Amino acid sequence: MIKTTNLTKKFGAHVSLDSVNIEFNKNESIALMGANGAGKTTLIRSILGYYHPTSGGVSINGLDPIKERVKVLENISFVPQLPPPIKLSIAELMQYISVSAHVDTELITHYANEMKLDIKANLNKSFFKLSGGMKQKLLIAISLAKKSNIIIYDEPTANLDPKARDDFYRLLKQNEDEKVLLFVTHRLEEVKDLVNRQVYMDLGKIVSDERVGS
Amino acid sequence: MNNLFLIAYLDLKESIRAKWFLVYSLVFGGMIALFFIAGVTESQVMGFSGLSRLLLMYIQVTIVILPIFILITTVRSISGDRDNHILEYMLSFPISLKQYYWGKIIGRFITVYLPVVFAMVVAVVYGFMKGASIPWDIFFLYTGLLFALSSAFLGIAFFVSSFVKSSEVALGIAFFIWIALLAFIDIALISLMMQQRMDEQLIIFIAMANPMEIFRVAAISLFDPELTVMGPVAFYILDLMSQSAFVLLSIAYPVLLGLVFAFFGFKIFKKKDLV
Ligand SMILES: Nc1ncnc2c1ncn2[C@@H]1O[C@H](COP(=O)(O)OP(=O)(O)OP(=O)(O)O)[C@@H](O)[C@H]1O
Ligand SMILES: [Mg+2]
Repeated sequence: MIKTTNLTKKFGAHVSLDSVNIEFNKNESIALMGANGAGKTTLIRSILGYYHPTSGGVSINGLDPIKERVKVLENISFVPQLPPPIKLSIAELMQYISVSAHVDTELITHYANEMKLDIKANLNKSFFKLSGGMKQKLLIAISLAKKSNIIIYDEPTANLDPKARDDFYRLLKQNEDEKVLLFVTHRLEEVKDLVNRQVYMDLGKIVSDERVGS
Repeated sequence: MNNLFLIAYLDLKESIRAKWFLVYSLVFGGMIALFFIAGVTESQVMGFSGLSRLLLMYIQVTIVILPIFILITTVRSISGDRDNHILEYMLSFPISLKQYYWGKIIGRFITVYLPVVFAMVVAVVYGFMKGASIPWDIFFLYTGLLFALSSAFLGIAFFVSSFVKSSEVALGIAFFIWIALLAFIDIALISLMMQQRMDEQLIIFIAMANPMEIFRVAAISLFDPELTVMGPVAFYILDLMSQSAFVLLSIAYPVLLGLVFAFFGFKIFKKKDLV
């Protein structure tokens, strides 16, 4: 479903992705790992079509994520590394998502409840005034409610308490069938039960890629 | 709801809650209130009085402060959202860049345009209740001029926003554009004129390419159809076109200018990395 071909991204002289060739397919749950600065976020942003590659390219179900951005993004759920300081209220943010991506707001509320986040009580609150963990819970709830066949998480558990992490992994387990689940993490032991493939990056290259039983 | 209007609507809602919008509305509303308190409508200066005089004073102050307001509040819109990773999340939904960019512009346009027009409407209504007659021609001309002024500077601001790297640089550029259009260009042209180094017609052409200059002239044109305030320059302009053609140009040209800048801003926005 996702395929990169000789994907290279430079920022000035710094090479963040160095001719990366990798393919992610249906029914794969991938832990993407590597030291800080290895290029994980850069790879994910290239998949989402945010970066114009210096050379090489990305294709998602055969489509270019820059040229066919709307079609490609209809099938992707994404939670970023840092929750952004969005000034919209929760209700407005949910409106943005339900109109633009046809996500059912009831479903967002449902998944938020599963994550122990009370949306109804916070509807008129600005998103950036939520606590760090609450923000992440909401973004996760949105990512699950948006029925996509590609789910990308860039370290979404950083601010979650242990209970919330368990809830999160439980919900993911229920939702991973027939999908690509790409998971950036520094804590392999947490996602071990969830993933069936482990990819390590270093200095912009894939240094190891192994399938593990699950 | 269409994505374009969704984005415009949400941007509008967000702006209206922002502190700068409160200050912005208070400045223009307060100015009108001040004019009434100071008795501008009752005095008679330079041969015109009442609401016409009030509107003229309003537009003259607005020509100076509206551009800097628009530039400062808008020049960071896209670059700011990029800096603090809002774009990274908001653009992960299936929205085309075209809808996002132009939706933001439409939302911002309504935010900056409505308060200045609303203040003028309040002035006219209040003046009418106090027995003044309404100068419709001036009112409509100024509504059009403010539309053009807002478009021009909004376009410039989005253009700058599409390529600047940091918010501080954006603010610096905004301030420079404002002061250049307000004063530097005129000063430079006057000194050129005095040294007689350049053809006078060329100088006038350059001066009129400046949207702020063309507004000043258009704003006074109904009071002074021969454009005597402009001295000899008026001769060239009215030689070239009729007074009403000039008024139309003074509205059409800045709108076009704003659209062109906004369009180039969009091209850059599309070509650059989004985050
Ligand atoms: N916009 C940018 N401009 C310049 N350099 C960048 C930019 N984005 C990333 N880099 C550089 O690219 C390299 C890879 O960064 P990236 O964010 O992909 O790392 P990462 O693997 O996600 O690290 P972490 O685990 O800390 O999140 C880093 O050296 C970083 O400094
Ligand atoms: Mg990262």
